[in-house]
Amino acid sequence: MEEIKLMKGNEAISHAAVRCGCDGYFGYPITPQSEVMETLQELKPWETTGMVVLQAESEVSAINMVYAGAGAGKMVMTSSSSPGISLKQEGISYIAAAELPCVILNVMRGGPGLGTIQPSQADYFQSVKGGGHGDYRLIVLAPSSVQEMADFVGLGFELAFKYRNPCLILSDGVIGQMMEKVVLPPFKPRRTQEEVVAQCPWATTGKKGRARNIITSLEMAPEIMEQRNLHLLEKYRTIEENEVRFEDYHCEDADYVCVSFGSSARVCKSAAELARHEGINLGVLRPITLFPFPTKKIQELAARVKGFLTVEMSAGQMVEDVRLAVNGQKPVEFFGRQGGMVPTAEEVLDALKKQLIK
Amino acid sequence: MTTKDIIKPENLVYGKTKLLTDNVMHYCPGCSHGVIHKLIAEVIEEMGIQDRTVGVAPVGCAVFAYNYIDVDWQEAAHGRAPALATALKRLNPENVVFTYQGDGDLAAIGTAETIHACNRGENIVIFFVNNAIYGMTGGQMAPTTLEGMKTATCPYGRNTDIYGFPLKISELLAKLDGTCYVTRQSTHKTANIVRAKKAIRKAFENSMAGKGTSVVEFVSHCNTGWKMSPVQANAWMEEHMFAKYPLGDLKDTEKKHYEEPAK
Amino acid sequence: MAKFKGAVVVDTERCKGCGLCVAACPSKVLGLASQVNAKGYNYAEMVNEDACIGCASCGYVCPDACLSVYKVTL
Repeated sequence: MEEIKLMKGNEAISHAAVRCGCDGYFGYPITPQSEVMETLQELKPWETTGMVVLQAESEVSAINMVYAGAGAGKMVMTSSSSPGISLKQEGISYIAAAELPCVILNVMRGGPGLGTIQPSQADYFQSVKGGGHGDYRLIVLAPSSVQEMADFVGLGFELAFKYRNPCLILSDGVIGQMMEKVVLPPFKPRRTQEEVVAQCPWATTGKKGRARNIITSLEMAPEIMEQRNLHLLEKYRTIEENEVRFEDYHCEDADYVCVSFGSSARVCKSAAELARHEGINLGVLRPITLFPFPTKKIQELAARVKGFLTVEMSAGQMVEDVRLAVNGQKPVEFFGRQGGMVPTAEEVLDALKKQLIK
Repeated sequence: MTTKDIIKPENLVYGKTKLLTDNVMHYCPGCSHGVIHKLIAEVIEEMGIQDRTVGVAPVGCAVFAYNYIDVDWQEAAHGRAPALATALKRLNPENVVFTYQGDGDLAAIGTAETIHACNRGENIVIFFVNNAIYGMTGGQMAPTTLEGMKTATCPYGRNTDIYGFPLKISELLAKLDGTCYVTRQSTHKTANIVRAKKAIRKAFENSMAGKGTSVVEFVSHCNTGWKMSPVQANAWMEEHMFAKYPLGDLKDTEKKHYEEPAK
Repeated sequence: MAKFKGAVVVDTERCKGCGLCVAACPSKVLGLASQVNAKGYNYAEMVNEDACIGCASCGYVCPDACLSVYKVTL
């Protein structure tokens, strides 16, 4: 049964995980996402659904536990925040290379280095361009509300299993810490082991009645390795064709469009309201999937709007992908705050006027 | 009676276990890994647990172990095998899960994963092959390299003032409350091979009985890295390695199980 | 006392000629062939068949599992 609750984004993740039949969570404390594991420990899902919850000795260990669980065909996840996600990159590369499904949550904080515990969106490049070594892509979902935090756990697993690819939920300290109304999904039972074996014939479940399964990313023959690389590339192209998601907020009559994701997209929506009071037709395009990126939608808009303002809590990362999509047809400007500062709607509108309307 | 008369199936007293695949191992001639692989395969077959055993092979010469022992395998990043094994066992407790790690993997880059898996008392088996050197990358110094021993990255011998001391990590693991069985074996002679096989079996039985983490160290040689013949390497190992890494059980007990505090 | 007689069959293509079986044999039954296999290794072979007692020491120490040992009680 669905339930309406008031809770933090981080807590919504945990409730949704248990409700969508997640088999295992492996984590390590780091602000501002520690509530994810705390909530799971309080919920004690091992007594109800049988879900495993384990605090690992490091982020490195946690992601490798996820690697193993995913290899066993289980619905497994981990969560962390920026510095911890950096530590997980090696494991994420292995998971992507071995084509395993899992969900990873990054509740971004400001960097570089230890940075700050305040929100940021400066891990965009790390999330959509690879992050770890080698050519690979994650499916990246960017929630902008507590509701989407809850919804994207189930969606993340669905996409991860559909494409046998890790799915990253790229959130930030605002969404993780903010309390909002959320409709929690109805309880779905965990898959039985028989169902896991049937759904994941490739998994390391024990070789009963079949030849042995090997989960590896290692290949010494360059001819075969190249085929594996090409296969991955083809998969990413398919994902780009099928899975683009975005929110179009009043772009239909817009002269200018803010391109923004996650919490800063909320600010941009307020900026659009302010702009419209002043007679400026501002729309907001909010990419929900950062990979695959809504390139086509931006190209469509580029044909009819006067310019784009990309708003991010970073020095300007997604703006590069917006510029690639617009391809010089229209001006693409950037406005951002860093260091844990969240932009205000007034600042965004001001930047729009100064940088684009002039 | 001629040799031809003796060679009949009913007279076979020793042969390759079926659980070892027909793939020719990539290891150098005489490498200790081969015998250890063979023993693990024999034990798994004898216990009849091949359909529920999952091995974890991290980076090192034995990263290709999955080509040789016919069970499910996951290849792991360098040092991370105990983390993988932890999740595999917890998510599928009916499975038998083991790692197969070298000394660089277990005692250097994977120290944290190893110690914490052991400290949690994961019901897994850790096979630890200690040849005092990084074999796969060409014979560099390992944490277990003996004092004064020459390697590619300490060509004048390991200077303990600079690089510290040979790490007796099994002794350290034996101190942890989560381990139930820590033993040091070798496979250079028939008698040792028989003992090592018993240790492997005991370790698997412990994990199935939920007694805690079992660690079986094999003091081994890397004759290529040591720049010796296999026979010379075995002799050198007996003379030098066993002094620092003495054979025998370091611990044989059962981990303490949690009891809820009285309310 | 029962007397045993044994025989060793070497999978010569699998053998890498490491010589551990030669050293392990208490009866000096095995030696390395002057011929090489496809990989260029001087594989192990029985050079003193009559002395084999089928103890399987060679098989135990063989890292490549290329020895099969047979034994009969005389």
